[in-house]
Order: sequence, then structure tokens, then C-alpha cells
Amino acid sequence: MGYDASGIKLSNIEYFPGYAITQHLGLVQGSTVRAKHVGRDIMASLKNIVGGELKGYTELLNESRQEAVDRMVAQARAVGANAVINVRFSTANIAAGAAELLAYGTAVVLERRG
Amino acid sequence: MGDLIALGFVVILLIVGFVFGSIGQSRHYRSIKTREFRLRHILLFNEKMPPTQYAGQEFALVSGSVIMGSDYFRQMIAGLKGIFGGRLTSFETMLDRGRREAILRMKEEAERMGANAIFNVRLETSTLSFSQQGNREGKGGLACAELMAYGTAWRAPAASPAANAGNPQTL
Repeated sequence: MGYDASGIKLSNIEYFPGYAITQHLGLVQGSTVRAKHVGRDIMASLKNIVGGELKGYTELLNESRQEAVDRMVAQARAVGANAVINVRFSTANIAAGAAELLAYGTAVVLERRG
Repeated sequence: MGDLIALGFVVILLIVGFVFGSIGQSRHYRSIKTREFRLRHILLFNEKMPPTQYAGQEFALVSGSVIMGSDYFRQMIAGLKGIFGGRLTSFETMLDRGRREAILRMKEEAERMGANAIFNVRLETSTLSFSQQGNREGKGGLACAELMAYGTAWRAPAASPAANAGNPQTL
């Protein structure tokens, strides 16, 4: 179910009906730079002849994004947050064969009200 | 002779690309349509404020992403179209398929947690030059793009929104 954040709630909205933000703990972020491996690249080149989804790359990016989220969550835990809100993702192409995945958000203490 | 073999190779690639690309595309569209119909009960919003019926319900970040590549034939066509300009329909369908697939994967994730709405849906597109040849212009380089959708899924209120209508929950 979604990203595995082990106990830390993640969301990309900033207004939560039924919850109260009791503490703002600042920006947290996590990033990772990943390179594809040659085998996957060759398979992708072959797949590119017939088109369609490049599954190897999709998996690679999903793994990387999970890692970026893990790092962000680790930072949030370090500052004592129980949620990261307003999470944004961004992807940057560093060089041929390498991509940076970045996740960032605001660490908060979120409490259910009533 | 060598040129002839090279030309034959390109022609074979074009035919293979066209045939399998078309088959793959129509199969993909069929699967997209059935899944879109099955998941139509999950509502998508790109506004940030969930209505108060959702007060106190469970929420989670959900996302879906897919990397789509174009086939050899369509890439070639797009390259030729590039001379005269105009719509590149072959890339349009590639991105359309990818985006709808990404949204469906996000919805499937939301379905697994029992959500019935996703708020603040964001759609992102990025190009990835994974291949070494990707830097080169025109054919040979991989035409591929990552389509991503993410948002916050909210679990349905305990009572149905219709039942709550007469008695709106306060914050």
C-alpha cells in the first residue's frame, strides 16, 4: 500500500480535516542517484523496437524513488515527526544512464482530533 | 552489398516495429479501458482540500509510474514529421497510454487501501536518456519518457456521504 514509510504518514496535501498539526519541524528531503545496468539497457533497447512499457526502467525508478522516500522518512523520524506532508517528487537527468530522484516535504506532528 | 543488407535490416526493424507496436498498442488500450471502467468508483481531484466527510479517515500517499518507449516505426515517422512540423500523433498516443497507465496504477494502489478518493493528484512527465545513444538526435536514440501520477488517497467515510448529507460533520 503506497510507499513503505513504517509508521510515518505521508501525504501531498497540507490541510487535513479531522487532524490537527501540532508542530512544524521543517523541510525534510531524500534523494538518490541511480544508474541503470547494462543488461537492462540492452533489454530496453530491444524493447524500444516494438515500443510499449520499458518494465526494467519502471522497476528501477520505483526502487529508487522508494529509497529517496526512505531517506526522507529517516530525516523526519530523526526530528521527531510522525508525518511528512506536502510531499513533492522531482526527477532530474544527470547524465546518460543516470537519474536523480528527489522527494521532499514538511515534517510535522499530526494528531487525530476528537 | 553491405548497404543492401543494412537497408534490409532497417526495413525488417520497421516492419517488426509497426506490427508488434500496433498489436501492443491496441492490446494496451483494451486493458486500459477495462481497468478504467472497473476503477471508476475512485474519484480523482487535483484540489488540496478534502471535504469534511473525510474528517479523521485514514490517508496515504499513492503513486503510479510507467516508462514508455516508442517503437522503431513510429519513431521514424515522428522523425520524418519533424521536418514539416505538426502533430506527432505517434508520440501523442505513447504519452496518452503512459499517463492513463500511471493513473490506473495509482488508483489500484488506492483501491488496495480501500480509498474511494484521491486528492491533490499531480501528473509529472520527465524524459530520461538512459541509453548512451540517447544523446544523439534522431533515430537510434531511445524515445522514452516517464509518466508519473501521485496524490493522497483517503479512505471512504464510515457512513456513506449521502447518509451524512443531512447531518454534516463538523471539524
